[in-house]
Amino acid sequence: MSKAILYDATMCIGCKQCEGACAQQNKLPYDDTVAAESVQSAHKYTVVVSKNDKFMRRLCMHCEKPACASVCPVGALHKTKEGPVVYDVWKCIGCRYCMVACVFGQPKYEWQALNPRVRKCIMCPDRVTAGKPTACAEICPTGATKFGERDDLISEAKDRLRQNPSNYLPRIYGLNEVGGTSVFILAAANVEEYGYPASAKIGDTPMPEYTGRVMERIPDFVPVWTLVLGGIYWVSHRRDEVAAAEAAEKNEGLKGPETRNGQ
Amino acid sequence: MKFKLTLWRVIFIVIMALGLYSSFVRYFRGLGAVSNMTDQFPWGLWIGFDCLCGVMLAAGGFCMVGAVYLFNVQRLHAVVRPAVLTAFLGYLLFIVGLLFDLGRPWFIWHQMIYMNFHSVMFEVGFCVMTYTTVLFFEFLPNVFEKLNWTTPIKWIHKIYPVLIVGGILLSTLHQSSLGSLYLIMPSKLHPFWYSPALPFFFFGSAVAVGLAMTIFESTQSAKAFGRQLELPVLVTLGGALLVALWINALLRFQDYFHRGLLRQIVTPSYEAYFLWLELTLTFVIPISMLSFKKVRVSPQLLYLASISTVLGFITNRLNIALIGFETFVGHHYVPKWTEFSITLMIIAMGFALFGVAVRYLPIFGEEEKHTVVQPRLSPAAATPVLSHAGD
Repeated sequence: MSKAILYDATMCIGCKQCEGACAQQNKLPYDDTVAAESVQSAHKYTVVVSKNDKFMRRLCMHCEKPACASVCPVGALHKTKEGPVVYDVWKCIGCRYCMVACVFGQPKYEWQALNPRVRKCIMCPDRVTAGKPTACAEICPTGATKFGERDDLISEAKDRLRQNPSNYLPRIYGLNEVGGTSVFILAAANVEEYGYPASAKIGDTPMPEYTGRVMERIPDFVPVWTLVLGGIYWVSHRRDEVAAAEAAEKNEGLKGPETRNGQ
Repeated sequence: MKFKLTLWRVIFIVIMALGLYSSFVRYFRGLGAVSNMTDQFPWGLWIGFDCLCGVMLAAGGFCMVGAVYLFNVQRLHAVVRPAVLTAFLGYLLFIVGLLFDLGRPWFIWHQMIYMNFHSVMFEVGFCVMTYTTVLFFEFLPNVFEKLNWTTPIKWIHKIYPVLIVGGILLSTLHQSSLGSLYLIMPSKLHPFWYSPALPFFFFGSAVAVGLAMTIFESTQSAKAFGRQLELPVLVTLGGALLVALWINALLRFQDYFHRGLLRQIVTPSYEAYFLWLELTLTFVIPISMLSFKKVRVSPQLLYLASISTVLGFITNRLNIALIGFETFVGHHYVPKWTEFSITLMIIAMGFALFGVAVRYLPIFGEEEKHTVVQPRLSPAAATPVLSHAGD
C-alpha cells in the first residue's frame, strides 16, 4: 500500500539527473551553479554528494512516524497513506519547529523571502497518487534510485545484501532508524560519512514518542490538578470563613465573610 | 507635564529608534536579513530569550496569585498587583516577540483553527493565549477601580476562583511544556541540557524566577517611586526562594547522577564552562547567600541574591536554546545586532508600559497612591519609564 524509495549508492554514477528532475518537478531553478551546490537548501531538495569516488544521495526520509508532522502546531505537515510526508503552505505559521525537530535536518527555510515557506522533498505526491514513480526514480539511468511498494523494496534490499554481501555494508539505513522510514539506503560506505545521523545516536524509537509520553498525560493531569488546586483554594478560604463566622458570633452584628477575598 | 530629557529617556529613544529600523529590516527584507538564523540554527535569540526567558520572567504573576489567593498568604497581598501587571505585560510582549520570530506572523490565528493536539507547540500556544486572557481579567480591576466602576469589579470578583484556579492550571501546563518542546531532540541537544525531566526543570525554574522577580521588582519599584519596602514581604519571599532553589538544585543533581554525567560536568569543555556559569548563578551564589539570616532580612542583599537567580536561569534557558546545539550543528550562532536590537526594544517597551501603568493605575494600592503622584519625586519620577522591572 505504502510507497517508498530505495537508493543503492553502489549503483549511483553521480550524474545528478535526479537533482535536475527534482528541480523541474518542483519548479525550482537548476543550472550549473545550483548543480555545483553540495548542500540541500530551500531551492535544492535533493543532492548527490561524493566522497572518495563514492556517491551518496540525500533527501527527505519520509519517516513512518515523522517528527516534523507531530510537532507542527497547525498540522501543516502530514504523512499521507501513500507514504509521502507533505506540506500545506497555507496552514504554516513559520514557527520552524519542524526544522529543529527533524533528526535528518531535512526541512529548509526560505530565509530571504517575505512570506517564507518550509521546503523539503515531498516525494512527488501528485505523481505517486497517480500511480507514477517519483521524478528522481523515473529519470535515474542506472536504477540506483528505485521507487515501489515499501514492502517489496525492503525484500529487494535484503536480497541484494544476501546476493552480493561483499558489495555492501550489511545494513539497510532507514529500515529501523527512528521507527522506520520510507527511504532506504544501501551503501558500501557508512552513510554517516555523508552527513546522515548515526543510527546508534538517533535510535529506533519513533521521535513523536518522546513528546507523546508527556502529551498523553495531559488529559489526565488537567482534571486532577484542577481538583487539587480547587481543593487548596476551598480549604484555605474555608478556614477564614469559619474564623470570620466565629468572630461574628462573638460580637453579633459585625460583618463577617466579606473580608475573605481581601481585595 | 513638561517633557524632560533624562539619560534614561535618551537611552529609551535610541533603543526604540534602532528597534524600529530592525523591525523594518525584519518585515521588508526578511528573516535572513535581520538575523543570523540559518537552516542549521532555525531558532535563535528570539526563541531563546524573548520566548523561553520571557515566559519564565513573567512567572511572578501565577506564583503570587497562587500564594495569596490559593494558599491565602495574606501578608504577600501588596505584591500581587505588580506581579500580575508584570505577568500581563510579559505575556503581551511574548506575543509581540512571536510576531517578529514567526515566518508568517499574519497567520498566527491558524493556531486557533488548525489544531494539532500532538504538538507541544500547540499546547504552549493555546495555554499562552488562554492565560493571557485570564491575566487580562486579573488586571482589569485596576482599570475599573481607577474609573470607579464598582459593578464590573463585583462581576470579576465573582469569577475570581475560576480565574485563579484556571490561571495556575494553565501556567503549570505551559511553563512545563516549554521544556517539553525540547524532548523531541535527544540527538541534537547536548546531554548537559537534554533530559527527560525537562518539563519539571522548566516548571521549577519558573517558580524560582517568579519569586526572585517579585523581590527584584518590589525593590526596584521602591527605589524608583520612593516607596517604603515591606520587609516582612521580602523576608517571606526570600525564604520561599531558598526552598525553591534547593528543590531545583536537588532535581538537577539527581538528573545528572542518574544519567551518569557527574564526571563529565566537572571536566572542562566548551559546554561545561557555560554550565558552570549557569550553576554558579542559579544555585551557588543565591543559595549560599540566602542561607544566612542576615541576608534574608536585608533588602539590598536579597535584591542581589534575586538578581543572581534571575541571571542564572536566563543563562540556563539560553544554554538550552543556543549553546546546547552548537556541538551538534558544528558552528557557533552569534545573534546579529538587529536581533539584539529587537529584543532590547521589546524589553524597553515592557519597562515603559510598566511605568505608565504604575503612574496611572492603583497598582501599588491606596496607601502608596499619593506618594506616586507627588511631584516632590521629580528626579526619580522622570526615570520610572526605564527604571522599572517591567518585563
